[in-house]
Formats: sequence, C-alpha cells, structure tokens
Amino acid sequence: MKLLIIAGPPSAGKTCLTKQIVRRFQNEMKIAYLKIDVVKAYEDIELSKEFNIPTKKIYSGDLCPDHAGVMVLEDALDWAQSHRADLFIVESAGLCLRCSPYLNQGLGIIVLSSISGIHAPEKMGAMVSLADIAVVTKIDLVSQAEREVLIQKIKEVHRKVMLFETNALQGTSLNRLYDQITNSPPIDKDTLALRGNPPLGTCTICVGKKEVGWKHHFGVIRKLDGHTAEYLYRGE
Amino acid sequence: MIKEITISPGEDKSRDKENFDFITFRAGETISIVGPTGSGKTAFITDIELMAQGDTSTKRVVTINGKPPTDETRYDPSLKPIAMITQNTKCFADLSVEEFLLIHARARKITEKHLAVKTMELANKFTGEKIKKDNRVTVLSGGQTRSLLIADALMIGAAPIILLDEIENAGIFKQEVIEIIRNTSKIIIFVTHDPVIALLTKKRLIMENGAVKKIIVQNEAETGAAKNLIEIDKRMGVIRDNLRAGYEITKDLLNVSFA
Repeated sequence: MKLLIIAGPPSAGKTCLTKQIVRRFQNEMKIAYLKIDVVKAYEDIELSKEFNIPTKKIYSGDLCPDHAGVMVLEDALDWAQSHRADLFIVESAGLCLRCSPYLNQGLGIIVLSSISGIHAPEKMGAMVSLADIAVVTKIDLVSQAEREVLIQKIKEVHRKVMLFETNALQGTSLNRLYDQITNSPPIDKDTLALRGNPPLGTCTICVGKKEVGWKHHFGVIRKLDGHTAEYLYRGE
Repeated sequence: MIKEITISPGEDKSRDKENFDFITFRAGETISIVGPTGSGKTAFITDIELMAQGDTSTKRVVTINGKPPTDETRYDPSLKPIAMITQNTKCFADLSVEEFLLIHARARKITEKHLAVKTMELANKFTGEKIKKDNRVTVLSGGQTRSLLIADALMIGAAPIILLDEIENAGIFKQEVIEIIRNTSKIIIFVTHDPVIALLTKKRLIMENGAVKKIIVQNEAETGAAKNLIEIDKRMGVIRDNLRAGYEITKDLLNVSFA
C-alpha cells in the first residue's frame, strides 16, 4: 500500500487536490481516504459520495491534529488494508505549525495557495521544510511574476522540494505529481515513524514548579535573551 | 535558443478535436488571439505558459523547437522561456515594489545591476501615476500593477516568448507598450479585443467555443486600414487625456477624417 499525507492550512485546496488524485487513479488503484480535523470536517462524506471509495474522519478534539494522527494511524492503516487499498490518502489540517504530519515513508505533500501570503512558507516551518512535494494552488488568481516570487520563497525554505503549480479545480499540469505517486514504493507498516521531531511533552510550569529563572525549569526552550538553552531540544 | 513553438490540437468545449494539424510560431513573430469572451483565448496562452503536455483542460500539447520541454524547463522559473502578463490587477504579496522585483530576479537568476530601478523606470513609462520603490505592491492601483508586471515581464522575465492578456484595458499607455515590445526578435502573443493590436500583428488566431477556429495572416489592405485606426486611436488618446485632466472637449477635437 502506498501512503500519501497531504497537509496545509484551511482553504489551501487540499481536498481539491485530493479529488484530482482520486479521479486520476480510481481506475488503477483501490483508494482509501482519512481526514484528520479538529472541529468539523465534511470531506469524507464528499469523497465517498463523489467517488464511492472508503473514507473515514477523525476529530482530534483536545489533541493537536498531528498528535492525533500519530495515535490513530496504525489502526487507520489496518482499516485501509481491510478495504484492500493500494493507495491510502491522509489529509490533515495543520494548525499550530510547530510540527508536520509526514512520515519516514510514503509521500508528504504540502498544499499552499498562491494567495496565502508571501511569508506563509517561512511561517509554516516543518510543514514546508519536511515535505517531499509542494503544490501551489489557485495559480489562475495571480500573475506569473507573483507565482514565481512565491516559488522562490518556498525554495528558500526548502531547496530540494519538488514544486508543482496547479489550478486544482481543473487539475492542470499535475502529470509529474501523478508520476511521483505511481513511483512511490509501498510502505512497511512496522517501521513507520514521524519524519520530524515532536515538540517537548512536558511543561514544568504546567506541572506546578514555581521557582523563577530558567535554570529551575526544563522544557523551556528560550531564555529571556533569546538564546536556546544548550541542554534542551531545539526543534527542527 | 527558441526558434519556434508548436501547438498541437486539443479539444473544444464540446470535447471535439480542434480543426488544425499544428500551429507554429517563429522567433520575431507577433500574434494576436481574438474572439468573444469565453471563447478560450486566455486558456490558449495559459497552455503555452504552462507548456501543456495534454494535462490541461484543453488537452493541447506544446513543443519547443520541435521537442517536448524538459521537466526543468516546465517547473524552474529561471529556465522558463516564457513570460506572461495576465489580467490580474492585484498583487497579494506583502512586499515593497523593490523587494518584489528583487525576489523575482532571484527566482529568474538574473543578477544585472540596478535591475529593480530600471524595471520601475520602464513601468513608469506605461502609467500616469508614478510607482515608487517603497510602495507596497498590495496598494498599487490596477493600472500601476499591470504596468509594473509588464515591465517586470520585459526586464526580469526577459523571456524569448511573451504572452500579453488584454493589455488594452489596463488604463495604461498602450502605444508605448506596443512600440517597445514590437522591436524585438521575440515571439509575442497578444490576447486582445483591440482592433489596432489585432491588425498590427503578423498572424491572427480566431477562437470559438474553446477552439482555434481560423488563422489569418496579415495582408497589405489590412495594414493600410490599421494606419487609419492608429490615427483614430491617437485621437482617442488625446481626448482621453484631456478628459482626465479636466478639460472640456471641443468640436474641433472630435472631428475625424479618414485618409
């Protein structure tokens, strides 16, 4: 089974891109789809209605969506396998932008809209810098020059990312993305791991340590002067 | 070196195959694309811009010098031989004019000195209200944005193929743009509703229902007629400038006689 993890901010065009991918591969492969969201999602119903493929959604609730993804993914893979899926697409809402949902196997795709703002690629951190592929959507809404300015900004965050531009509503010029999916090797479920480093799990303030000053605390990444404490994990 | 670009037929809006074998444009040629709104003019030049390989809604295939473009040519702006000026009159990037131009120059790997200043100077030839380098691109007017993007395409895009989508309705100095663009060895394609532009180009493609319906090569009679039209157009320009400047229009000014 191939695995595709699609991430990106709300309204970037993730589902639109997903639909193009499903449309392209539905006669070649059995496809299953999982949507991870926080509050509300309809995409599972939409996709199952339109393409008649097995879909599922999970609300992360009090967990962050990437955390929820890690927790449920093993079961989700079993579920997709029980439907004999050849391609499993996981679509995730990116929220705090600290982490990225990509795994050490399969393809990680970040979807960015042409009109999402020029600083978005830098602000989105690991979601961009750890992706295999960046898809820039809504290219019909901006000038060629502005598209190229955004591409340059993405490349400055992640030099090696494969970049595709598309009008996802029409699915223009996605052949090379489809080739990447076709050539993506099957995953090995037992060795799956997160691609990026997770954030610190403990906050000393939260567990009740009252002493003032960074030396009394761990899990505090920055000191007042902005330096990173040496003994602490620094993030990606 | 781009010698020619060839377009193989795709499908019209009813999914019927277009009625031509292939269309080739050669270096130094000017082409206009005409037809009613919704007839597929913008889609045609967008296919060229994306160097479509049967993977756009029209299913057309574009080759350059007889060969399909490499992936690098298609996806790396610094290798892209095509600059397109779209109908967008808005920039969303929160950058100053200078920053915008410099980042775009980096994307196109152009290192020429004073490039941003030169580009701005050119843009200011096309527009009435001057653009300044620390203006935010987000607050430029529609005409200023298009002037900047045209200058950007010429100076920073600096590509052998230039595509212009309806430059006439940008509220900019059309004659100036046409003059600068015409004196080149590039392939220049205008999508236009303007008869002057249409008659001044060497080839004219007529679009209908998403397909190329007809190709007309420029003839002498039309070129003669175009000269008259340019005169009328200049007179229109004078009247427009007078109106904009707050003058009243005299009978004398409106009097037109054909050659």
